Amino acid sequence: MAETTASPGDIQVTASSVPDNVTWVKPRINPFTRDWVLFILFMFPNMFFLTLFTFWPAIKNIRMSFQRISLLNSSTKWVGLDNYRYIFEHPTFQQVLRNTLYFTVGTLLGTLVLGLAIALLLNQKLRFRNGARAIIFAPYLLSGAAIGIVWSYIFDPRYGLLAQVLGWVNIGSPDWLNRPEWAMPAIIIVYVWKNVGFAATIFLAGLQAIPKDLYEAAKLDGANVWWRFRSVTLPMLSPISFFLLVTTVLGTFQAFDIQRVMTKGGPAYSTTTLVYYVYEQGFGQAANYGRAAAAALTLFAAMLVITIIQFRASRNQVHYDG
Amino acid sequence: MASFTPKQQQIVGKTAAYATMAFIALVIAVPMLWMLSGSLKTYAQIYTFPPEWIPSNPQWVNYKEAWQSVPFGRFYLNTIIITIAGTTLQLICGILCAYALSFLRFPFRGGFMILVLAALMIPGEITILPNYLFLGNTVRDWFGLEENWINTYQGIVLPGAATAFGTFLMRQGFMGLPRDVLDAAKMDGAGHLRTLRDVVLPMAKPIVVTFAMISAVNKWNDYLWPMIVTNTNEMRPLTVGLTFLFDAEGQNNWGVIMAGTAFVIVPLLIIFMFAQRFIIEGLTSGATKG
Repeated sequence: MAETTASPGDIQVTASSVPDNVTWVKPRINPFTRDWVLFILFMFPNMFFLTLFTFWPAIKNIRMSFQRISLLNSSTKWVGLDNYRYIFEHPTFQQVLRNTLYFTVGTLLGTLVLGLAIALLLNQKLRFRNGARAIIFAPYLLSGAAIGIVWSYIFDPRYGLLAQVLGWVNIGSPDWLNRPEWAMPAIIIVYVWKNVGFAATIFLAGLQAIPKDLYEAAKLDGANVWWRFRSVTLPMLSPISFFLLVTTVLGTFQAFDIQRVMTKGGPAYSTTTLVYYVYEQGFGQAANYGRAAAAALTLFAAMLVITIIQFRASRNQVHYDG
Repeated sequence: MASFTPKQQQIVGKTAAYATMAFIALVIAVPMLWMLSGSLKTYAQIYTFPPEWIPSNPQWVNYKEAWQSVPFGRFYLNTIIITIAGTTLQLICGILCAYALSFLRFPFRGGFMILVLAALMIPGEITILPNYLFLGNTVRDWFGLEENWINTYQGIVLPGAATAFGTFLMRQGFMGLPRDVLDAAKMDGAGHLRTLRDVVLPMAKPIVVTFAMISAVNKWNDYLWPMIVTNTNEMRPLTVGLTFLFDAEGQNNWGVIMAGTAFVIVPLLIIFMFAQRFIIEGLTSGATKG
């Protein structure tokens, strides 16, 4: 057991060359029944909780989206597609969809572009770069609720840090969180600040995995810095960029705590994204479980489409994996 | 530019790179420093322009006031209980399930794997409402309990006890273990329980620790579900309790609010400072290797 210090390379070779079901072909004294019993015992805790708190509620959510549920006498009434018709015809929901798109695209661009730029910088031989990486990564660990409060203080139009920085260059600070046109950019800034370190670290790992001889070859062909970036770096990073794209999009679809703390979805619904809408319909003043369920299912459908696209695309990209 | 020698160009480039790196690190660090600075300011100092970064007479009393205005001691206890219980349950569920899916013979084992992966695609938001209703009345009627499970530890923890992600991650790790060692254990007559304890877990330690870390950070920072399922300060974790302090104090008493925020953020920052390389590698390895 002590001699099992195989290098990661060995492990990968073993994993890919041994088929999953290798245990099947080994003739044994037939401990099948014992394996079966153990399989059921081992699977039980995870499957029990998954069924009770994930699969079953997901199915229940579908049913609820076709019902009107009254909390007063806990009666339910089938209403067909009424909930869907209501939310899709309601101007608020259309704004919510636009907000979600705005938030997702803004966060995605900010996180990926800045993340890649930081990774390119830290990929150079600089002293203290590990320290810088640690500082840049730190916000990723922190509670969204807590940092939302810190940023509310920073965005404060009179006493906040940003107002003071803008004051140095004689620009008046907008009332970030109370203006419909400024609230979403503020939320996006916070979200990018929190997640850019994660993206940069992943990009950096990807950059360091690119074989050096590819750059040498490009150099010999006379490619300049920009052309080497276009023809070597970007294509070699494409699987990792794709992974970050999908995780960032799915993350923004589920972002809640920062909005909840900083804007409560306002002003005038300008920062209400899909998740926040689900929460408000279900647990806010409206307390309309049927509509919340319909909105949640819409969210799920959107995420499913993205996941399917990911699977499709990643199948075509397997050969990139170094 | 053209008049510079290559050597000079290199020096200029290096200086620019260092300056950019310092600037970025500063921009990322400033909000955290601003929080610490604000937490030591008096009401008047908050409104001083230009701002004092290091307050002349630090107001440690802000921390005392924050600690007393909402029960932070209780919040800490709740967060610690939720984090330990939640992480332990996810580890048990995930390890057992990953082992079964990797090494135990069973018909349609692949089908079970697909079922676990399907759970990965169901977002928490879609299950929150039904789970809330379930913990409210259904659980009481089913088990003949006196009380429902809203505002209880089991209500906060159990819906997050299973893990599809952890199962997937650790199964990847288990499948990558060298086969000959596992076969040798089998030859020695080791049963599955012993193989799991003495061979698989020690060898797959990095991936198990990685998952434990991801799970613990998620549980410590979890917000939406604990907020929905708790309704008294007795049961609220730090993240939720803090936002209640924020709502109660309004957006003016920044000194006290920043002190309260520091209670939530600083413990994680201290742990991070001592184990940053380990934590960064752990939290990103799920992405780069999985």
